[in-house]
Amino acid sequence: MPELSYREAVRDALSQAMRQDDGVFVMGEDIAEMGGSMGVTAGMLDEFGPERIRNTPISEMAIVGAGIGAAMQGMRPVVEVMYEDFLTVSMEQIVNQAAKHRYMSGGQLKVPLTIRTQGGAGWSPGAQHAQQVEAWFVHVPGLKVVFASTPADVRGLLWSAIYDDNPVVCFEHRTLYGLKEEMPEQLEAIPIGQGRVHREGSDVTVVATGRLVHEALQVAEQADSEGVSVEVWDPRTLQPLDVDGLVASVKKTNRVVVAHEAVTRGGFGAEITAVVQEEAFDWLDAPVERVGARFAPIPFAPVMENYVVPHADNVLEAIRKTVS
Amino acid sequence: MAKVERKGTLSEQRLRTFLREMLLIRRFEEKVEERFRAGELPGFLHVAIGQEGVAVGVCQAMDDGDVFASTHRAHGHTLARGTHPNAVMAELYGKLEGCSHGYGGSMHLYDVERGNLGANAVVGGGLPAITGAALAFKLRQEPRVAVAFFGDGATNIGTFHESLNLAQLWQVPAVFVLEDNHWAESTPELQHSPIRDLSKRAEAFGMRVMKADGQDVEEVHRVAQRALKHARDGKGPVFMHVQTERLVGHYIGDPQVYRDKEQLRELQETRDPVTLLREKLGVSDEEFDEADREVQELVDASVAFAKAGTDPKPEDALKNIYA
Repeated sequence: MPELSYREAVRDALSQAMRQDDGVFVMGEDIAEMGGSMGVTAGMLDEFGPERIRNTPISEMAIVGAGIGAAMQGMRPVVEVMYEDFLTVSMEQIVNQAAKHRYMSGGQLKVPLTIRTQGGAGWSPGAQHAQQVEAWFVHVPGLKVVFASTPADVRGLLWSAIYDDNPVVCFEHRTLYGLKEEMPEQLEAIPIGQGRVHREGSDVTVVATGRLVHEALQVAEQADSEGVSVEVWDPRTLQPLDVDGLVASVKKTNRVVVAHEAVTRGGFGAEITAVVQEEAFDWLDAPVERVGARFAPIPFAPVMENYVVPHADNVLEAIRKTVS
Repeated sequence: MAKVERKGTLSEQRLRTFLREMLLIRRFEEKVEERFRAGELPGFLHVAIGQEGVAVGVCQAMDDGDVFASTHRAHGHTLARGTHPNAVMAELYGKLEGCSHGYGGSMHLYDVERGNLGANAVVGGGLPAITGAALAFKLRQEPRVAVAFFGDGATNIGTFHESLNLAQLWQVPAVFVLEDNHWAESTPELQHSPIRDLSKRAEAFGMRVMKADGQDVEEVHRVAQRALKHARDGKGPVFMHVQTERLVGHYIGDPQVYRDKEQLRELQETRDPVTLLREKLGVSDEEFDEADREVQELVDASVAFAKAGTDPKPEDALKNIYA
């Protein structure tokens, strides 16, 4: 089985979809010759040419909006928004247009648009290139939201996003691009709305996304040595949420820690916490613990950045708290 | 009439059809005002009285397969493109028989079968998607054109500039129709734009500009045909700058405290596109009244149709969110 990095896995999903289907094309800033700011689309210009690996001006409103228009005409565009911070520039088009055309038309239109973006702390890019805004989009009916944490997941979920008839916003975490995993040559689609148990355990469920999945897996070993059996569950899709998968895990472990890199307040973990108390309150033996960034913009100085965002030790601390 | 014998002009018969179409919009809008004031219509309503010539002139020049995006002032475009008044009125009453099945309302009229990709309540919100629809036509080598309607107020928003730039850069078959009625809600053009000729904004992108007097439907139609042909022939997008007049308030019930009443009265007397076409064609009172009666019947019937329509069930609100 070939070993693909998270970056190569994204590229593989895009390339396979483009080989199979003329309606799939990619638009974004610096994605052609340069291969994108993170190198995800490197080499694709040679295979698919400039019409389908389409460099754009710095115009997030227009490129997302052009994706909407092409999608409404039956194509399956993939728009790369260079940093998820820049989604804010295209927010109107995503929230008022992409998410609502189907609804406002009473079901006449479909918008099969995929928006790929990336972000995350760890490289000290500062307050406008490192935040995690996935929760903002979960609040918008009409959108689907994907946040994959492994190479195989990102490949299979991006494929499903491209072939979904709705607008899907796919978040990638910058520090994961180099992560490698063996996977079959043949791409396996992963259904949107299906979580994944990364590690089975019986005492506490850590519900984690993105980078925090890996932090949770790391501390699970440590917790094990302390006699605490940790289950790590990754929703992978934030909207729709795999409520059944979440509840099944909670009913087994009776304790929950939610962990994401985004700011804790109003973060996706708050929604997970609410769902758990609505659906599995009687099974809980301890309050749900939340792990996320402190309520601050992402600072520049590495020492401050490191302080603001959560790490493995924060997850371990939260695990210990739920079992204490 | 010497006028209709000139090369490139329309037959008198066609112009009479246009007159009837414009009259239908006028009477429809008057009825909407009446039913709104009677408390029957929910929502925010913006009527196109004074701008009927733009809607009819442009929409009548479009081909089957062409698409368009409209604005908050959408009834005229929608009717002019052939959506039945019953379906439009039923939408304004929030009925399932409406052209958006009660999910859209006045500011979100859709009729995808007739190329109406939606009226947009965010000023400038529809321009990027029109650029993208045109890109799809270009990539698939389809002889279709995407048309965006918008007002002078929209030329100040970012989506306008980004969309024109992208469309011109990529040479997509789009026509951007500026309905320049000189008002952004209550704000006159003098207060919202530092330049008097807004087509300079399109020229700045290198885009082809074509101008028309929106109160002369024949001219609008002639220019729209040229613009659509230019785009369809693969010569790039066109900025169609149409001077028009909003002969009423921004919304129904707008007291227009910001507007000189004498000037408005003068515009109503001298720049009414229905009156101007009627005079141009020399339509007799008898003939006009007959056409008027016919469209009035259609409009009255649309109200009856709408009132007899089906109310959505409250829980229908949870449908059509995802495909």
